[in-house]
Amino acid sequence: MEQKTAVKVDDLTVAYNYKPVLWDIDLEIPEGVLMAIVGPNGAGKSTLIKAVLGILKPIAGSVSIYGKSYEKQRSLVAYVPQKGSVDWDFPTTALDVVMMGTYGSLGWIKRPRQKQKKAALEALEKVGMLPFKNRQISQLSGGQQQRIFLARALVQDASIYFMDEPFQGVDATTEIAIINILKELRKAGKTVVVVHHDLQTVPEYFDWVTFLNVKKIATGPVKDIFNDDNLTKTYGINYKVSIQE
Amino acid sequence: MRTITLGTAILGAVTGMLGSFAVLRKQSLLGDAISHAALPGIAISFLITGAKDSNTLLLGALVSGLIGTFWIRGIITKTHLKSDTALGLILSLFFGFGMLLLTFIQKQPNANQAGLDKYLFGQAATLVESDVWLMAIVTGICLIVLLLFWKEFKILLFDKDYAKTLGFNTKTIDILITSFIVLAIVLGLQTVGVVLMSAMLLAPAAAARQWTNSLATMVFLAAVFGAFSGVFGTAISASQDNLSTGPVIVLVAAVFVLISFVFSPSRGLLFKQIRFIKNRRDLELHKTLAFMYDIVAETHENISHPHEIKILNNFQGFTKGTLKKLVEKNYVTLQGSTWSLTEEGFESASNLYNQLTENDG
Repeated sequence: MEQKTAVKVDDLTVAYNYKPVLWDIDLEIPEGVLMAIVGPNGAGKSTLIKAVLGILKPIAGSVSIYGKSYEKQRSLVAYVPQKGSVDWDFPTTALDVVMMGTYGSLGWIKRPRQKQKKAALEALEKVGMLPFKNRQISQLSGGQQQRIFLARALVQDASIYFMDEPFQGVDATTEIAIINILKELRKAGKTVVVVHHDLQTVPEYFDWVTFLNVKKIATGPVKDIFNDDNLTKTYGINYKVSIQE
Repeated sequence: MRTITLGTAILGAVTGMLGSFAVLRKQSLLGDAISHAALPGIAISFLITGAKDSNTLLLGALVSGLIGTFWIRGIITKTHLKSDTALGLILSLFFGFGMLLLTFIQKQPNANQAGLDKYLFGQAATLVESDVWLMAIVTGICLIVLLLFWKEFKILLFDKDYAKTLGFNTKTIDILITSFIVLAIVLGLQTVGVVLMSAMLLAPAAAARQWTNSLATMVFLAAVFGAFSGVFGTAISASQDNLSTGPVIVLVAAVFVLISFVFSPSRGLLFKQIRFIKNRRDLELHKTLAFMYDIVAETHENISHPHEIKILNNFQGFTKGTLKKLVEKNYVTLQGSTWSLTEEGFESASNLYNQLTENDG
């Protein structure tokens, strides 16, 4: 079976001031995979996502989504930022945050209407947060806030999802809920790319993996390349994980 | 007098509205920096035109306020410096330069120079009808822009990176919002002055935040608080001879803040403390009841078996007060120095018990 390439990254180099954070990254993400990006702190995992999404300007390199530039394909891509990147004391409700997922398709000035509200409510239901729709966001637990962010991306109804550490600081129930949604997305033919920290769960949750430490170390199916060799190359120490079959 | 009241009310409304955005972006100090940065503009435009027409001077203030703002942005994006450092730098640099120019102007031989220092602390009495018209027009435009770009402003405030990925030009939204903040500040210089202007932005917004969890309500409330500060401040300063209007308005706004911090139902200190004490009391009561229940459940068939009060002393959370409360609630009966659980008390305690164990599992 021939797989289409969803995301193609060529020669991507990103630097903050003088120090390169990403060096000459080439990466192809096939359509329909659930991919983890792993690597130590400061390896440039979040930076990679942000550069792909145009939040950061790369020094060199290009990104294409289904063969066209990201700017043209924006509506196909959804983003779940790190939970800590926003102020959760902002005066707004859970439903309101999820509605923001519809702003992109609305464009400038137009207001969300019933149709957008309905979509937002459905997304809330999917992540099990419908009972909390009118809750002020500061009064949600960390796991619930993460689900709200996920729901906001689901509303975008994209083909490719980029998520920055969606399992950070969430309880076990939420982690299972989120991974089930991710697997459902894959089943529906979507491509999901997740910055991930917990190496133990990589084989269980994901089918593709990219090892990153400023440079790309390896990328491919988990069953082929998730091994001690690549882990050692990425993390620098003699890394051994026991992979349970 | 009517003109002045109307002017300060409109000014309070527009700065309150825009101040909400500054506060939520954690740019509270921006207002302070902008107002101080406006001072050299006033002096320079006086030096160039030689006229004291307030519109001309405010135009100068607007230009130098904008320059200051963009320098601040530049410093933050181009260097390693944190935003508070950038704000502080620009504030003192521009203010220093402005003061220098003011003293230079005062040394000039022509007599026309007096009165420029009113922009330091403001002088509401100098407001004329055309000034108020200008304020009203700017407020109107600001309101329209706010309504049109509400969604864009909201998403920029909450999650800028995400807004970018949705295809919004966050720089444009940012510049739009900042320009209006600069405009509102410049309009207020004549009334409240360079030094106190930032309070007009921050105080109404900080007060409004206490009362609501909705952005729209917050902006609306901030406008209302700001307008009332203007009206009350002007009234008080007029009734007391020679009290300077600007500082009084700011003090009235501060009273709004104080009241909001103490009395807001959800975020206020008073109700927080009351809730805290009540929760503690309830917990104490539950603890004591649960302890009594434990003794009864473990040792006796009969739930109303009388026990010595002394036993309770072994228990840390127990106080005479809680026992009295339990008696009042009819959960416990006291006879001399012995207590016994009532049927009601037993039931309530066993419910409590089940709840607790459920939560554990």
